[in-house]
Amino acid sequence: MPSLSELLGRKRSANTAKDRLRVVLIHDRSALPPGVMESLRQELIEVVARHIDVDQHAVRVEMVQEGRSATLQAEIPIKGAPKQHSTE
Amino acid sequence: MTGRVITITSGKGGVGKTTATANISAALADMGHKVVCMDADIGLRNLDVVLGLENRIVYDLVDVVEGRCKVRQAMIRDKRLEELYLIPAAQTRDKNAVAPKDMVRICDELRQDFDYIVIDSPAGIERGFKNAIAPADEVVIITNPEVSAVRDADRIIGLVEAEQKGPAKLVVNRINTEMVERGDMLAVADVLELLAVDLIGIVPDDTAVLVSTNKGAPIALEPKSKTGQAFRDIARRLTGEEVPFSASNGNAGFLGRLSKLIGSKEGRNA
Repeated sequence: MPSLSELLGRKRSANTAKDRLRVVLIHDRSALPPGVMESLRQELIEVVARHIDVDQHAVRVEMVQEGRSATLQAEIPIKGAPKQHSTE
Repeated sequence: MTGRVITITSGKGGVGKTTATANISAALADMGHKVVCMDADIGLRNLDVVLGLENRIVYDLVDVVEGRCKVRQAMIRDKRLEELYLIPAAQTRDKNAVAPKDMVRICDELRQDFDYIVIDSPAGIERGFKNAIAPADEVVIITNPEVSAVRDADRIIGLVEAEQKGPAKLVVNRINTEMVERGDMLAVADVLELLAVDLIGIVPDDTAVLVSTNKGAPIALEPKSKTGQAFRDIARRLTGEEVPFSASNGNAGFLGRLSKLIGSKEGRNA
């Protein structure tokens, strides 16, 4: 449930600090600059899209922290049914 | 006697390493342990002034390394505590005057006569830091609830692990309970969750620390001071005693979240 300040559209600075640090630390630990994530995302979409119709705008690629190690997680939603072969 | 070497470090400067070193050392000595603290910040010495011993320096760490005196001769006995000694850093040299193997050799000698050797590391991740952690049995990282200090602490935790000196223990220094409650300061639980290390101390943000530094008298020796108590608690935890974290030091709901964190972290340290 959102807090009162969140409902008022105001985010506490400590939460902002924590969110920013979470991202910064993951990149620091993996020695992976944030820009590389974007190219990784693009390349993943390209590879998968060769075989399946993907919803490109809904693709999420991110690092998830667990303890002091991180996992690369990709969520690639597929559009409708498997690729249709045109009839006729 | 085989003393333990405890290195106090942080990555970022100005988070309270020297103050923590002085207070933890004083608290350990006040408990009756034989303690020597060593300033490894060559060229920027400060542990002497924080302890109020600046007028008694004859020899320093570099004099020991370069063989101009024996370790004993460089040790200054504290004014208040019989069992507390200081080995000051050299003020007119730089970090390259000392090598990690020198620190290991000197500490091995000190281990014979002392229960605890507490090393004040310089800021940064270069030679001075490497010197300070080379002889360490245990590394204590000081941070503040603030983005740059937490980020640098994370780097240091990684380096300590890489040097096989982990797991490091964390002190969150300068917690302002009011700001935490207002949501404008990272809570101790937030810092622990981000850094995923063991906590060994929470020290409040307290203007009395500056007053004690002005006088050169560690606040850990003031029985009524809450901040002094926080440093005494860290000293006791370092000796292996289990000292609960008092709720007033953290934030609302802190203890619950903390125990959850400790529970979820067990597997990672294995």
